[in-house]
Amino acid sequence: MTADMSKVDTILDRYGQGQRGLIPSLLEIQKVYHYLPPEALQRVADRLSIPMIQVYQVASFYKAFSLEPRGEHLITVCLGTACHVRGGEMLIEQIGRLLNVKAGETTKDMQFTLEAVNCLGCCALGPVMVLDGKYYGSMAASKVEKVLDKSMKQEVPANG
Amino acid sequence: MAKARSVAALELEKRREEILGGQDPSRISIKVCGGTGCLALSSDEVAQAFERELRAQGVEGSVALKTTGCPGFCEQGPLVVVHPQRIFYTHVKPDDVAEIVSKTILQGEIIDRLLYKDPSSGEKIVYETEVPFYKEQKRILLKESGLIDPREIEDYLAAGGYKALARALFEMTPDEVIAEIKQSGLRGRGGAGFSTGVKWELCRQAKGETKYIICNADEGDPGAFQDRGLIEANPHSVLEGMIIGAYAIGAQQGFIYIRNEYPLAVELIRLAVQQARERGLLGEDILGSGASFDVEIQLGAGAFVCGEETALIASLEGRIGEPRTRPPYPAQSGLWGMPTNINNVKTWAWVPHIIHNGAGWFSQMGTEKSKGTTVFSVVGKIKNTGLVEVPMGISLRHLIEDIGGGATNGKKLKAVQTGGPSGGCIPESLWHLPVDYDSLREAGSIMGSGGLIVMDESTCMVDIARYFLNFTKFESCGKCTACREGVLRMYEILDYITRGYGQEGDIELLEELGKAVKASSLCGLGQTAPNPVPTTIRYFREEYEAHVKEKTCPAGVCKSLITFYIVPEKCPGCGLCARYCTEKSISGEKNKPYFIDEEKCIRCGICREVCKFDAVLVK
Ligand SMILES: Cc1cc2nc3c(=O)[nH]c(=O)nc-3n(C[C@H](O)[C@H](O)[C@H](O)COP(=O)(O)O)c2cc1C
Ligand code: FES
Repeated sequence: MTADMSKVDTILDRYGQGQRGLIPSLLEIQKVYHYLPPEALQRVADRLSIPMIQVYQVASFYKAFSLEPRGEHLITVCLGTACHVRGGEMLIEQIGRLLNVKAGETTKDMQFTLEAVNCLGCCALGPVMVLDGKYYGSMAASKVEKVLDKSMKQEVPANG
Repeated sequence: MAKARSVAALELEKRREEILGGQDPSRISIKVCGGTGCLALSSDEVAQAFERELRAQGVEGSVALKTTGCPGFCEQGPLVVVHPQRIFYTHVKPDDVAEIVSKTILQGEIIDRLLYKDPSSGEKIVYETEVPFYKEQKRILLKESGLIDPREIEDYLAAGGYKALARALFEMTPDEVIAEIKQSGLRGRGGAGFSTGVKWELCRQAKGETKYIICNADEGDPGAFQDRGLIEANPHSVLEGMIIGAYAIGAQQGFIYIRNEYPLAVELIRLAVQQARERGLLGEDILGSGASFDVEIQLGAGAFVCGEETALIASLEGRIGEPRTRPPYPAQSGLWGMPTNINNVKTWAWVPHIIHNGAGWFSQMGTEKSKGTTVFSVVGKIKNTGLVEVPMGISLRHLIEDIGGGATNGKKLKAVQTGGPSGGCIPESLWHLPVDYDSLREAGSIMGSGGLIVMDESTCMVDIARYFLNFTKFESCGKCTACREGVLRMYEILDYITRGYGQEGDIELLEELGKAVKASSLCGLGQTAPNPVPTTIRYFREEYEAHVKEKTCPAGVCKSLITFYIVPEKCPGCGLCARYCTEKSISGEKNKPYFIDEEKCIRCGICREVCKFDAVLVK
């Protein structure tokens, strides 16, 4: 299966040749596809005229980039210091048990990707999790199931 | 050397007068916090509810509604403050809004239920200005946080914004600007505390036509959010500082390197840049002064090491964030080999204040060597978590116990961690120490960028050391062997200790390894990565020894060393814990004490979390 590269081209149109545009364009591609498809990496290398190895080096160095497809929904749990001392680990482990994944993994049905990050900047409200862009402060392992259920229920009518 | 003000500068002043003239200080205005913290508590729904209610109750014309940045008291959010009296409502929900409009706005009545209750006196407090959390602070950088709308450049103008820029451009030479900053004693707020004026001077004097300046908004320290808070509340103050700095240094192009994890801050700083361009405050011939400067925004891609200046520069150039040796310093050879000056968000934000009020005004505040105020994010196991600004030199105890409100749930506070992964833990017995660059360093920690994480008796210090080493192990770029391998080994030893495999001599080995990593790493990451270990060993050796010798975790954190049990006398047999237990390790009969099967228990702790009777304990 080859992904549609027209969006990649539109993104690359905004950057000239050379290394300078590499990270910004990869960030935008990541945002659109939720990961960096191999074809996109090749396209970036061609259009910016930089060797593929450098594109790959950057794509694999930075945590914001994923080289594997990710789930429909992204769950991010903060494991920054403030969240750690308030039980962030308990939170991520509980989500992992409920969804049967580890941090960094995606559920088999490609519904959820579980991710750990170091600090989202809401440290005062730790532990914090983010589900598809919505922040949940003062979380607790016991509240996880409800949050997941609720968001999935909202999902159903929206889809039909 | 004063030049005549240009037409554009005079027009800016005129506009400011107009805005101020059009303001009615007695007009009621409602300020809803829209910072990331309160947004996590759905403050956006509160703001929408106000919009609806003001219309429904027919007062949308006479009452102003403003979404502001973070006023700092995140713990009490969503926060709503009714001006001009500054009535302070906490934990406001959308359902409370109709009542606030009908009672407080229309009839001047105070709603008791939404007031802040001072935990020490038990008293309800009506006005923001009287809340102890605020009373004890000295807010200069954060003065407008919670007052102005970060999306409105005119709010910033009304608060005196861009006055300092005009002063610098028309009344001062670049050298005079640098002299003023130098004289003020301002030290960098990004961690190392280098003199800002000296750094600017080096860059100004460096040879080269093209020079760059950078704002470091990478804020990688987990548990710190001052830079985010400031950008989300007052983005123009940072921008104004950068424009003044560019004029002083002679740079035409600037970059703001900001974390990808801060979407709101990114949006707001982008908007601010665009507004500043539209008003002629950025771009060619700024305010008709002849000086030109523009700013580009680059997002970080999630690498802690990119907060380090040479790694940040590599990242801006589109490469992986590997630091390089210094010298040459960025001031000599930075971005694309050009002289480059890099400062933290808060350092830039100080500049307009110092230019406006003078070096003398700034240097009066703080201690002999640490001038001004400092912004801390005070988080962890205390009551009043949030963002505070205090003069340098106040004691840790004052900051933690009076402003921070002390411990939650009656637990005993034990230590405070400053400086993030590069810092150390300072025990409660040393909290008389003043907060400044030098005292914290003497205690084995560092000031860092202002993260302050408070820990109580239920925090395990060995686990904290393990946590930080895990962090730096993960974030090490891998260039230096000492950092890549040494930190990994230190982490492994700590991990073994927390799992009950600690051996005699481990503590000494950790100390030795720490010294080696420090001595042979190239950048600040490796040089400081071992720091959490020596301070925790120095002040909490008995906790290490308990893990190593007795295989116990006194704080009840390290899973391999603890067991959960239910106290029969306390358990009424509600069965809630059993319902939450994913491993089905809790059994019992309704209305009789329940029981945990130690074999099946994975020590996830959810039973203790949900128990309403404190019947689940750890030993
Ligand atoms: C590993 C590492 C991470 C750093 N992270 C940051 C950061 O997130 N923000 C920051 O302003 N400075 C950070 N610094 C310090 C910068 O290298 C640099 O000293 C600072 O941006 C200079 O600004 P200042 O003089 O205004 O403090 C970091 C340093 C190291 C070694
Ligand atoms: S530590 Fe979790 S949001 Fe900062």
